[in-house]
Amino acid sequence: MREVTYVEALMEAFTEEMRRDDKVFHLCGNHGPLAALIPEFGEERVRACPISEEAYVGAGIGAAGSGFRPIISPGMMTFAFTAMDQIVNQMAKIHYMFGGQAAFPLVFRASTGGGRSAAAQHSQSPHPMFMNLAGLKLIMPSTPYDAKGLMKSAIRDNNPVVFFEDQILAASPTKQEIPDEEYTVPIGVADVKRHGSDVTVIAISKMVSQALAAAEELAGQGIDVEVVDPRTLVPMDVPALRASVQKTGRVVIVDEACLTCSAAAEISALITEDPATFRALKAPPKRVCSPDVPIPYSPIMEQFCLPDKDNVIQGIREVLG
Amino acid sequence: MALEPGQLLDMYRTMVTIRTFDRRAADELHAGNIPGAVHSYIGQEAVAVGVCSALRREDRITSTHRGHGHTIAKGADIKFMMAELFGRSNGYCHGKGGSMHIADFSVGMLGANGIVGAGLPLATGAALAAQMEGGGGVAVSFFGDGASNEGSFHGSLNLASIWKLPVLYVCENNRWASGNSAAATQSVEDISVRAVSYNLPGVTVDGTDVLAVYEAAEQAVRRARNGEGPTLVECKTYRWRLHAEQRNDPPDPRPQEEIDLGPQHDPIATFAGHLTQQGVATEESLKQIDGEVAAAVDEAIDFAKASPFPKPEDALTDVFAP
Repeated sequence: MREVTYVEALMEAFTEEMRRDDKVFHLCGNHGPLAALIPEFGEERVRACPISEEAYVGAGIGAAGSGFRPIISPGMMTFAFTAMDQIVNQMAKIHYMFGGQAAFPLVFRASTGGGRSAAAQHSQSPHPMFMNLAGLKLIMPSTPYDAKGLMKSAIRDNNPVVFFEDQILAASPTKQEIPDEEYTVPIGVADVKRHGSDVTVIAISKMVSQALAAAEELAGQGIDVEVVDPRTLVPMDVPALRASVQKTGRVVIVDEACLTCSAAAEISALITEDPATFRALKAPPKRVCSPDVPIPYSPIMEQFCLPDKDNVIQGIREVLG
Repeated sequence: MALEPGQLLDMYRTMVTIRTFDRRAADELHAGNIPGAVHSYIGQEAVAVGVCSALRREDRITSTHRGHGHTIAKGADIKFMMAELFGRSNGYCHGKGGSMHIADFSVGMLGANGIVGAGLPLATGAALAAQMEGGGGVAVSFFGDGASNEGSFHGSLNLASIWKLPVLYVCENNRWASGNSAAATQSVEDISVRAVSYNLPGVTVDGTDVLAVYEAAEQAVRRARNGEGPTLVECKTYRWRLHAEQRNDPPDPRPQEEIDLGPQHDPIATFAGHLTQQGVATEESLKQIDGEVAAAVDEAIDFAKASPFPKPEDALTDVFAP
């Protein structure tokens, strides 16, 4: 075992997969830490792109349809919007629209989330929009271990995979133990980050740490919290989420996205529309999300908007009644 | 590279196939047998055929909403194309794509596209793949004058230029971007001049002259295969029919006197005249080809009509690849 940060874990995934398959290459809107791959793999496989997101994202899709496995890195998820035709109309639909006659294996990865006073355009959490597109797999890992294992699975997957890397997690020096030997984490499998019996907290990405902190604090007060991390939003591990809620009978869903049509909203529906899970509920599900506003700049307002440990505790108290 | 008589006759046959296919597809649409809309390629046949005649089977192309011509010219089977238009399960896309999304990856046809300009980045990526494969392959993006005003055009040309990608950007300037005239919406008369901004060659040719198109494409393909990078080839042409034909056709926004000029520069009649003058064919031998094509298109329509519809729940398959 050894300890790595979130970014180090991702870099290990890139290095291992690039050694494993010479069809894997990077299209970088912003090199960032990827520049460290150049000495081993060369600039041909770690390409610096002009800031033409529409062009290089589309080129990635074209290369994927021609036998390669590009990893496309615009830097921040907000830049996806300048390539939205290629993502929405091409990447998500191209396999289906052509009757499944070709695969488009690619990873589109970028940072997401707020908490760094980067203001509205650079602090958003747009993953729910992508959930509604049909045709993209969506991954939001919360730990270095999951980030590495899921990135390796994403690179090997034969579909377009959008990989959301929370910018606070990516900047964090916090390390986690990972195995020395190779491992992958399967796409579509949730993980129980903390076992408990009184209430389920389903938390996404960076919100997992807030949920765990809340659980720790409440444990001292005799409240036993289970924390479940879906890890992938598409496909969603619905059975795992329902199983936890059936066990505890209470659920709080924590998602940094704006409340309306958030991933939390979809998870809430997946829980309540299932008769067995609905019958097991002792209280209505509770969503803990950002309010429906663009994320503000000034730290005092930003912190007010982004869900944190105290919001999670408040949500838990509500469902405990 | 001089074309052999057999190749010239193949080009003629393909041009006639495109025209007959699109004429009959529009008839079937208006008869209520094909749903949705079709974008007729009639009048522009010389572009697809001139360019694709300079390509190999393994070279890759991307197309537009007006994609039947490119698809046929690249070697797709008109039976499966027609079955797709009819929404049948043995169409190229099993009924999921229709007229605007036909693809045949087995002949390097990477798809028609309903979004103006979207095929340019995709072809740029196919060219990047060809460059990385190192086998001398090239890619072609067909697009219209309207697409040259999209950001995807400018971003793609810049990208291809800096990486010297083996790609041809073939602009079919038919003077109308959907319902708006190029004269009213375009900053330049010749789109080929836009190549200057991206430090690559740009040429303008008569897009109703299949041999002129072939010659320009052949040169650009040679450059691309030699590692000399991309070329912008503008083909001046005209679409004879509506932007999109539907069950109830909307009015054509173009002036009637301009529409009437289209058939006076008929790419097929021009090429037929050349073939007979050069002694490659006689009027009778060309008529025989016309007859064979008509029979083949009849057969494609019969095939489509006899093909099964998809099951409704087939809509739920192919969202993800295995």
